[in-house]
Amino acid sequence: MTKFTQLQSALTKNFQELISNVHILRGNELHFQIARGCALKLAQILNADFNAELRLMVANDRRADKGVFEIHYLFVNDKENWYAHATKDLSHDDPTIDSMATFYYPASRFEREIHDLFGIGAIDHPDTRPLVSHAFWPKDYFPLRKDSIVPEKFNDDGTPFEFMPVGGEGVYEIPVGPVHAGIIEPGHFRFSVVGETVIDLKIRLYFTHKGTEKLFEGRAPADGVELAERISGDTTIGHSLAYCQAVESLAGCEVPARAKYLRVILLEMERLYNHIADFGAICNDTGFAAAHSHCFRIRERLLRLNKRLTGNRLLRGGIILGGVGRDFPSDLNLAAELDSILADFNEIVEISLNNTMLTDRLDGAGYLTTKTATDHGVLGYVARASGIDVDVRRDHPFAAYSSLNFNVAKSVKGDVHARAQIRVDEASESVSIIKQALTQLPQGELVAPLGKLPAWEPAFGMVEGWRGAILHWVMADDNGKLYRVKVKDPSFVNWPALSFALLKNIVPDFPLVNKSFNQSYSGNDL
Amino acid sequence: MTGYLLEFSQALLALLLAPMLAGFVRWVKARLQNRRGAPIWQPYFELAKLFGKDVVMSNNASWLFRVAPYIVFASALAVTFLIPLIAAPLPFDNIGDLLVVVYLLLLGTFFLALAGLDTGTAFGGMGSSREMTVAAIAEPTIALSIFSLALGAGSTNLSHIVVATLTNPGVALSPGHLLAFAAIFIVSLAETGRLPVDNPSTHLELTMIHEAMILEYSGRYLALIEWASWLKLTIFFALLANLFVPWGLATALTPAALAIAVVTLILKLAILGVVVAVVETRIAKLRLFRVPELLGMSFVLALLAVTSSFLLK
Repeated sequence: MTKFTQLQSALTKNFQELISNVHILRGNELHFQIARGCALKLAQILNADFNAELRLMVANDRRADKGVFEIHYLFVNDKENWYAHATKDLSHDDPTIDSMATFYYPASRFEREIHDLFGIGAIDHPDTRPLVSHAFWPKDYFPLRKDSIVPEKFNDDGTPFEFMPVGGEGVYEIPVGPVHAGIIEPGHFRFSVVGETVIDLKIRLYFTHKGTEKLFEGRAPADGVELAERISGDTTIGHSLAYCQAVESLAGCEVPARAKYLRVILLEMERLYNHIADFGAICNDTGFAAAHSHCFRIRERLLRLNKRLTGNRLLRGGIILGGVGRDFPSDLNLAAELDSILADFNEIVEISLNNTMLTDRLDGAGYLTTKTATDHGVLGYVARASGIDVDVRRDHPFAAYSSLNFNVAKSVKGDVHARAQIRVDEASESVSIIKQALTQLPQGELVAPLGKLPAWEPAFGMVEGWRGAILHWVMADDNGKLYRVKVKDPSFVNWPALSFALLKNIVPDFPLVNKSFNQSYSGNDL
Repeated sequence: MTGYLLEFSQALLALLLAPMLAGFVRWVKARLQNRRGAPIWQPYFELAKLFGKDVVMSNNASWLFRVAPYIVFASALAVTFLIPLIAAPLPFDNIGDLLVVVYLLLLGTFFLALAGLDTGTAFGGMGSSREMTVAAIAEPTIALSIFSLALGAGSTNLSHIVVATLTNPGVALSPGHLLAFAAIFIVSLAETGRLPVDNPSTHLELTMIHEAMILEYSGRYLALIEWASWLKLTIFFALLANLFVPWGLATALTPAALAIAVVTLILKLAILGVVVAVVETRIAKLRLFRVPELLGMSFVLALLAVTSSFLLK
């Protein structure tokens, strides 16, 4: 790959012996080891000259076998479909990294996450507040360290979380949550408001931190699938596919062609039912309940199809390592069902979007500028509605997407209307993709054998889930068990952008803007 | 004596009908939204449930919080004595005219807003502030529209207005009446917390107006407030029905006339209930800052109603 030659020479020129062990894996991944102090410069060079963005930071406790902590940086180039994977070793007694928070905002969040879970401090980090850990975690408790012991008792020391105070005449605070009136997950929202206008919103999450990444550790790879399916209840296929692709990539396992097409069908079914339900929910938050109940009815039709496809309404069990869990049911005419469902949905969309009272609520609400969206590295429909043209299905084709034709929906309006419209457009595309996959569906095996996982090798899988790009990063130990799994749901980068989308909006529009984002709490909190 | 008996039975009727009216509107809405919906007598079960529950109260709640539900309920109940529900004229007509009705309704709103502020929670204050914004524009509109009817009848007494329309049916179609009807219809949507001003079925605390004020209430207090708000819905529907289309009201106190009056009242309420349900299904909630525009429009309608009544007098 010529790009890697350029990149390699740029790395040699800028870093010389600070970069070592440069090697290409799987054709489009450049892996290398970096010494201390180069991460920021590396990120700047990759960003400015090579158009590659930092998408993931993974910390790893390898004190037992290697005597160090590792930090892995994954840079992704979307235009040319390649990855740069940098690994840095940190000393075991006083692990710290140099912060690149001021260069790239998501790095700030990754560094805070790593601090809370590993006790690896980021030097010169502008925001030293905890991210994952809440006040009742003991100060020296870092759960993802291999030798950490779960405290017998968690005591809340009563220290309030430091929200940035907002002052001025007539400014008051509205604290909302973490327990809400509807059946939704917990999150604390603190609004600073003048009259009804929001001048600041701070979001405090991680109330549903379940130690998901820790739960992966020590499992056999096949046992990780059902855990991945449950990372976020509405993203069964997205997460399990990203996990399986990471493990398959590590094992060098080639998934059979038929399974690849079936994976596409499952992933698009998941996108379809979520987008349709979301459209209804957005309408419901404007008080237009009729659209909601009809979208819910259509969602139910889709869930019943899901059940026929996988035996589970939320598609659990659909994806397994090396392939898919079930063959396509021979008695199901999915194309006809989906045509009817899409026509049904489009009718609801037409009625809703022709209602000017409804579109008046959607237009201009929750405006996320392209600049803010880029700065936050947002993903999925939130990005595409704000003029960022990203889609893993097209940029880094996985499963059978390289042989399917589809458009990536986009808009530059950046408001609630745009995010609703993207969902509508993507629903049509999903149906088209599934129909193409059905006509092209080849005969053959459903599962390929996996083989033993190579030890201490990093590998990752990326999937365009319905919310956006999902990344799973895996490493196995000497016994072929999972040593470390890092999960990144798009919610991790999209949540903070919500605060900015809400600025200058009025308080009663928050639920609507929030619904148009519809980020996962569970997928973010892990 | 029969007059007083009539007064009490009319109030009792409103009290008993109110939950069913609310349940009926909900049921029609559910049907229009492709849902099966709860039975129309569900609100009675809700009342029974709430009256049977203990009251949970904030430590910061003062006496105001405790008396507000009684004032809200009593003021709504008092109004049912003063408006022509099944018969006109009524013996209590001389106690209060339309101004008393308007301000009794405002009294309830005022105490509810105070109670919302009392516990010092963010939502209560938010709801109260919004409710007052709405009420400040809505209340004058009601008064103004009824004035336009009063101009025609030569009295602010509601029964006199009704009797005047009955004796001279042509005025029911006069521009003053029609404009006033439109104005009161819009205001009654706002005052009873319905779409497009407020969403009675939302769970989203941040968007609420009426519900935000009463979030802190539970048990029998909540029951009283809910009942009062259903009563308010009934009062507004009854005003719309009987001031503008008074036919069916008993002018003589015979059992037959009264029976007809009760049946026509229920019919009129049901028709208005269907209309409101259809309107609520067809429209979305307005952005909060657009609400004053809508209410401003209804105020202008009321103003036009008064002007035309005056000019055409």
